Amino acid sequence: MNCIIIDDEGTARAIIGQLCSNIESLNVLEEFPNAIQAIKYLNQNEVDLIFLDIHMPDFTGFDFIETLKNPPKIILTTSDSNFATQGFEYDCIVDFLLKPFTSERFQKAIQRADTKSIKVVSGTSSEKIEATPGNDLYVNIDRRLIKIDIPSIYLIEAKGDYIQIKTEDKNYTVHSTLKKIEEKLPDGIFLKVHRSFIINFNKIIDIEDNSVLIKRDVIPVSRSNRPELMKRLNLL
Amino acid sequence: MEQPNLSYILDLSAGDIAFERKLIDIIKDEFPDEQEVYFKNMVEKKYKLAANNVHKLKHKISIFGLQKSYETAVAFEHNLLDGSIELKDEFESILTTITNYLQQL
Repeated sequence: MNCIIIDDEGTARAIIGQLCSNIESLNVLEEFPNAIQAIKYLNQNEVDLIFLDIHMPDFTGFDFIETLKNPPKIILTTSDSNFATQGFEYDCIVDFLLKPFTSERFQKAIQRADTKSIKVVSGTSSEKIEATPGNDLYVNIDRRLIKIDIPSIYLIEAKGDYIQIKTEDKNYTVHSTLKKIEEKLPDGIFLKVHRSFIINFNKIIDIEDNSVLIKRDVIPVSRSNRPELMKRLNLL
Repeated sequence: MEQPNLSYILDLSAGDIAFERKLIDIIKDEFPDEQEVYFKNMVEKKYKLAANNVHKLKHKISIFGLQKSYETAVAFEHNLLDGSIELKDEFESILTTITNYLQQL
């Protein structure tokens, strides 16, 4: 589901963004600190789900909903449970999250959103990465298919709804996900060490506790990915 | 008095240290600004606006696991909406506790 986050509090946006990154089916397109910016965005873009803070200055979450002719699914987020009753007056609202929410509660809200019929998103959701036989990977950047030599890739980082591919010579920013590129990469060379990072195993310089040094980049290794990393090492 | 802690942030991050750092940095950045606006509104006796500030601040209070303080903030927010400043000192003491805690992070 393509989603956006609307919350005037950066802390809340960061928390929701993090929780979204743990769920494969969610793709955060944008974050907005106020509803006005989100309205402008929605005039030109379709989304499946909105995480919406109710309590915002000038233009509340409910004011925002009233402006939408065909609202997508909405999960309300607020620090005030008193808004819950009002929230369920709207059909588009699938759940209500009271801050600060846990990842378990967040996942339950996403399941609720999933079980409702999913709006078909028109437009450009096409695959942006094509693998070819051999060592090449073609990425779509500004309507050009650019060839990247796979072994030259040393790091891939997820950045919202984009990924950054770092090679020996150049960096590329592509509209795609880590999951999609992971499927196109040959087994054995690349390893996902963190939900936001895939590394080229052959380019590791050193490993220290919970991080890996690749070129000049220090990459975090998550607890869950560390065993696979350690298993692949040719340890003396 | 209860003390702030990072339990919620650590649960949320599930070991993602980069995220923990990012979130703490955002809070360290936002909290003083929100606090400043709150004090300004209190000095100017704009209690409804101050209630909005308390509303935002109470999220951060709960993030640091201060359950009783959170309840104080909820009550103080309602007081402000009613034009009362009862619990002001208690609330501002919570702000001081968090400010001191953030300096250690």
